[in-house]
Amino acid sequence: MSESDPDPPANTGYDEWADALADGGYFIECANGHGSLPPRRVCPDCGSTDLSEEPLPETGEVATFSEVHVAPSGFGEEPPYVTAVVGFGSVRLTGIVRDLSAEEVEIGTAVRPDVERNDATGNRLIVFRPA
Amino acid sequence: MTGVRVAGVGLTPFGEHAGRTGRDLFAEAALAALSDAGVAGDDVEHLNYGNFMGALAERQGHQAPIVTEAAGLRCAGTRYEEACASAGVAVREAVRAVRSGENDVMLAGGMERMTNLSTAEVTESLAVAADELFEVRAGVTFPGAYALMARAYFDEYGGDREDLAHVAAKNHANAVNNEYAQYQREITVEQAMDSPPVASPLHLFDACPITDGASAVVLVSEEYAAEHDLDAPVAITGTGQGGDRAALQDRTDMARTPAAADAAAEAYGDAGVASDEVDLAEVHDCFTIAEVMALEALDFFDPGEGIGAARRGDTTRDGDLPVNLSGGLKAKGHPVGATGGSQIAEMTRLLRGDHPNSDAVPDATVGLTHNAGGTVASAVVHVLEVAE
Repeated sequence: MSESDPDPPANTGYDEWADALADGGYFIECANGHGSLPPRRVCPDCGSTDLSEEPLPETGEVATFSEVHVAPSGFGEEPPYVTAVVGFGSVRLTGIVRDLSAEEVEIGTAVRPDVERNDATGNRLIVFRPA
Repeated sequence: MTGVRVAGVGLTPFGEHAGRTGRDLFAEAALAALSDAGVAGDDVEHLNYGNFMGALAERQGHQAPIVTEAAGLRCAGTRYEEACASAGVAVREAVRAVRSGENDVMLAGGMERMTNLSTAEVTESLAVAADELFEVRAGVTFPGAYALMARAYFDEYGGDREDLAHVAAKNHANAVNNEYAQYQREITVEQAMDSPPVASPLHLFDACPITDGASAVVLVSEEYAAEHDLDAPVAITGTGQGGDRAALQDRTDMARTPAAADAAAEAYGDAGVASDEVDLAEVHDCFTIAEVMALEALDFFDPGEGIGAARRGDTTRDGDLPVNLSGGLKAKGHPVGATGGSQIAEMTRLLRGDHPNSDAVPDATVGLTHNAGGTVASAVVHVLEVAE
């Protein structure tokens, strides 16, 4: 974390989930088959508390994307970068696309998830790489 | 259940108010609203106040007692925060308080100071309205989030940047005569197309500006209006609120805004008004694509038809359904915590006939306002009608 935020709030499972993306990752599935992401005590779709961790599909498809030219602080060295929402079966993830230019990304482009460290903030950064 | 009248409205000019405090801005709007209403401050029973980012922009939390005092009121106040729908919620809760019989006179509105921050700081402060874990950390800005929705819309329904540029040009044209608007100047479709990219497919002129400003409305019961012989011809006859998952990735369809559809259905039902009875609307066009999605969620256009509305002239001032005759957030400006109250104020003036653009809708009797928070994870819709 930055010096101004030496004692960040706990993330109740988020950091562990993000770290796991380096090895393929997982999502939360309820007894009725609804997908969601941690941290989670209850399925937001049906209220089920019978939740399990299931492996993410190895590849996902870009559902929508944008090339961001004006970035927030913490991403000062990044722009322009491509942010995308990617569908992995019953869940979607949002992250930054690596190794593909904006011209090379289309809706439907196949990618796999990964995790990096954002040097400016110290936070995990979800990224997608060509599948 | 008593009816609710808009007794008076007040606004500061929207724009840059360097060197002024938020409390001073709100006091200006509140005093203007009380004066417009002909209601004494001592009659106000509660202040419902909207603000989103004051803790970041002014390092001031707990603003309700401060602005209540600044407005010269001797009642309690409550701050409502629902991102860019903060003042919309503040008005809605004031409507509910009057209807319940609990209160006869409520002041509602909001304030935001934004221009004292750098663009990067504003971008970061607004991003607080997105999902911190799953969107902000992934580099999603507010323009970026609406860009993701715009791309999804284009992919699902068609349309292009030129359609969006017509929305921007329309709203700028409407703002020219509005003395409260930040940009009282026209732009061309070509200028909008040629503006620099912010987050593809959105460019600079697809986005609302960074704005300081305040709004206030005095809401009274019909009984109070009658007893005090108030000239208050406009009633709020319908109110509705909808909610959705905060993160775009968790929505079933990123090209639709069901929170607004739910809020609209509730407000239409509450008022007993159908969408085709609405004469004009003020909708939350923080980005041009937001106006398009609002038009469809509010049941004015079928899915896929909203994108061409401005280009066809359906929503221009001489169209069948003029939208954002105030100039909208796009040209009037978007002091986020004040916007929902500003929409009520503008619609009231339009329906009363004392708005500079009232001549566009001389026979209007039913108006609708739509105020959205985040990427429409929150939405508040009101129906206003000329009651007498």
